[in-house]
Amino acid sequence: MNSIVAQERIIALRKKRSAQDLRFKYYGFIAMCLALAVLVFLLYSIFSRGFSAFQKTTILLEINYDQEVLKLTPDSTDQEIEKGKFFKVKKNALNNVFENLSKSDAKLIKKLFSTNIDKEIKNYYIDNPSVLNSTQKLWVTAHSNVDQMLKGNSRRDVPEDRRKLNDIQLSFIDQLVEEDRIQKEFNNFFFTRADSRHPEIAGIAGSFMGSLLTLFVVFILSFPIAIGASVYLEEFAPKNKLTELIEVNISNLAAVPSIVFGLLGLGVLLNVFGFPRSTPLVGGTVLALMTLPTIIIACRASLKAVPPSIKEGALAIGATKSQAVFHHVVPLALPGTLTGTIIGLAQALGETAPLIMIGMVAFIPNIPTGITEPSASLPVQIFLWVESAERGFQEKSAAAIMIILLFLFMMNALAVYLRNRFEKKW
Amino acid sequence: MFFWSIVLILIGIYSSYIFGKSRIKKLVYSTNLKPKSQYNYHAQYVLSWCLLPALIVYFSWAIFEEQIIQNLILNSFEYVEGAAYDYGLLLAEIRNVANNIDFSDGKSQEIINAAAQYKSLKLTSQISFYISIIIIMVLGSLYAVRKINIQFNAQDTIEKYIKYLLIFCSSIAVLTTIGIIFSLIFESFRFFSQVSLFEFLFSTEWYPFIPIREGQAAAEGSFGAVPIFAGTFLVMIVAMCVAAPIGLFTAIYLSEYASQKVRKTVKPLLEILAGIPTIVYGFFAFVTVAPFVKSFGQSIGIDASPTSALAAGLVMGVMIIPFISSLSDDVINSVPQSLREGSLGIGANKAETIKKVILPAALPGIVGAFLLAISRAIGETMIVVVAAGTAANLTANPFENVTTVTVQIVVALIGDQEFDNPRTLSAFALGLVLFVITLSLNVLALRIVKKYRERYE
Repeated sequence: MNSIVAQERIIALRKKRSAQDLRFKYYGFIAMCLALAVLVFLLYSIFSRGFSAFQKTTILLEINYDQEVLKLTPDSTDQEIEKGKFFKVKKNALNNVFENLSKSDAKLIKKLFSTNIDKEIKNYYIDNPSVLNSTQKLWVTAHSNVDQMLKGNSRRDVPEDRRKLNDIQLSFIDQLVEEDRIQKEFNNFFFTRADSRHPEIAGIAGSFMGSLLTLFVVFILSFPIAIGASVYLEEFAPKNKLTELIEVNISNLAAVPSIVFGLLGLGVLLNVFGFPRSTPLVGGTVLALMTLPTIIIACRASLKAVPPSIKEGALAIGATKSQAVFHHVVPLALPGTLTGTIIGLAQALGETAPLIMIGMVAFIPNIPTGITEPSASLPVQIFLWVESAERGFQEKSAAAIMIILLFLFMMNALAVYLRNRFEKKW
Repeated sequence: MFFWSIVLILIGIYSSYIFGKSRIKKLVYSTNLKPKSQYNYHAQYVLSWCLLPALIVYFSWAIFEEQIIQNLILNSFEYVEGAAYDYGLLLAEIRNVANNIDFSDGKSQEIINAAAQYKSLKLTSQISFYISIIIIMVLGSLYAVRKINIQFNAQDTIEKYIKYLLIFCSSIAVLTTIGIIFSLIFESFRFFSQVSLFEFLFSTEWYPFIPIREGQAAAEGSFGAVPIFAGTFLVMIVAMCVAAPIGLFTAIYLSEYASQKVRKTVKPLLEILAGIPTIVYGFFAFVTVAPFVKSFGQSIGIDASPTSALAAGLVMGVMIIPFISSLSDDVINSVPQSLREGSLGIGANKAETIKKVILPAALPGIVGAFLLAISRAIGETMIVVVAAGTAANLTANPFENVTTVTVQIVVALIGDQEFDNPRTLSAFALGLVLFVITLSLNVLALRIVKKYRERYE
């Protein structure tokens, strides 16, 4: 009798225990799925917002390139064209978007277009000087408010006073849509222009160039220094307190928050050494110092992976130590060091905080061409757009994030490729 | 100047190399003796004596040229009596006029004069730069060539130079640390000469812009950093509440239960999470999570701030999941197999083995991982700059707006920087606190992990 009860209790206990076992396993599984789900959700929320930024809304405008209004002749010089009265042509065209517009309506119509369209009208003329004294149909960029409304990013069913566009303007847009005079086309401005106060003509070309120049500086500084440091620590350094200090220092430097490097850049590079503010030169230097520990650690790992027999072989046939190291060990470790450097560069590409400290957060409306010119960088541009109150910048920041993620992905893929292609397994 | 000096230096080192090589060759032909080192080393010796002085000249020019010219300009500037001058603006104006003649419309005569002087000084400086760099390269090469002879062991010398160069490279990391400590302490010292340390550490009022009482030490505002520290702590706690369970359970699942195939696919995916730039998380927090938190707060009857600690903390938690999971994974994997087998052998099931044997054994390592993650969370900037508030608020309610150390550093430095103003300097004091805390957390964590590793090796 007793034994049966005991047996039942044991069976019950075993059931309970195996249920516990299973539950514990599921906790782990759920945790893992949660982490992955968040990743998917994050990417989805960025991509779903960003795709629309690759298109812009344009409106068909009939433009009369009248010689009298423009104050130009067929043989005007470039300077005269530069000073041509294109804003007057624009004004006439805007007044004739619809027939018999009242003055107040014309004002409302004007707000449907980007403020920049006289430049578009001028550029079209510069490209086709033969259009003088003729009427041309031109697709010109619409205002960001129109763009956002048509993309469905801002809603029309909210009360009028909480909308950027009032009811009359909406009816104009509907009429334009009906007459097929409004369309979406590829947003070339996003890839060819620098930052702007107006979302519809803002682009990432300036900040992208700034990032590229910054990364160039990072590479020039960090790659040779990291190789030098890791070769010294791995091959030449005597085992003493000083070497140990350097090693501890490097591993701790890797964990210093990036913003502290920004303070270093501000306090030392800008204030003491007088580097030019807001430039890729100082930004790249700060980021190089920041990524140096990462790269050094990677370089040391790849130097360590070269078997000692190679070096010993070289030493045995009479090479000096530096010959053995520089002619035999370093070339073999080079793919590994390159991989480490690319991963360090990827880290530098995404870094924002230190660049804000050294003033790369200024509004730069033109594309930089050298490392000593003020410039923005891609992540800082995203930051500026995210902080901006204009709704039109939100999709731009999401699209810029897509670009930066694409580049990070490519850099990491390149690193993996280099590792698989060139790294020898000993 | 940059481009042409590079060209000049390249020409210099090339010709010095050729020069050195021909010199030693000539010596060998004339004496018919075997040189102690190969030709190349002699040539490299001459090259390094050409390059090093040239670089010194180049960098000293790059660092000091502008400052010296500025001082000269400001000293000889014809100041109008009674007018107030901002030197920075004045210099910028002079430089603009000098660089672009279009700006000169409507500028006063003394500025135009100064601009002309600036231009001529710049020209003189550039000419003397090119002359001195050429002279120094020639002198350096000549000196080195004179030392070359058959007996001279150029290889030894070159290898010594290379070693010095390598030592210099490794000391950059140390110099960086010294630079960080120096700049943080120096500027913090200036800050604490205006604001008392006691106020900074214990007062609960952080209003860096408005003076709140008469005769305050810093007439600019009040600098009690307690709400900032509390806000940082709150965001960090929220983040750890997300990351600790998810990260730890993911690590347990991956190391103890998952098949090789799952491990191989999930680990790189988690690494993607670690590689995403923090500004992207900031965007995610601001655009997606903050509105969600707000509407969630409304649905349970709490009025959530659009820049709540919860939104920033949740996203920061997601960011540090991969740190915790990969570090804990390593730690759990390094628990010796014998412990597992022993536990399973006496009849414990897998969950019991993990809970009663592996986790206790791995505890120090897991604690180390958590400390590293906390240090990461405290030092994280962009998520909180975008998603948390800028106004200091002493609260424990995660739905309210709080601010953090990193946010205040950014806020203090993002606009005009005046280095005699405690508002700007407060960034360095906060930076010092941040540096000390993250560094000590890090040292502690690394020590714990190291001790733990030694136990099982």
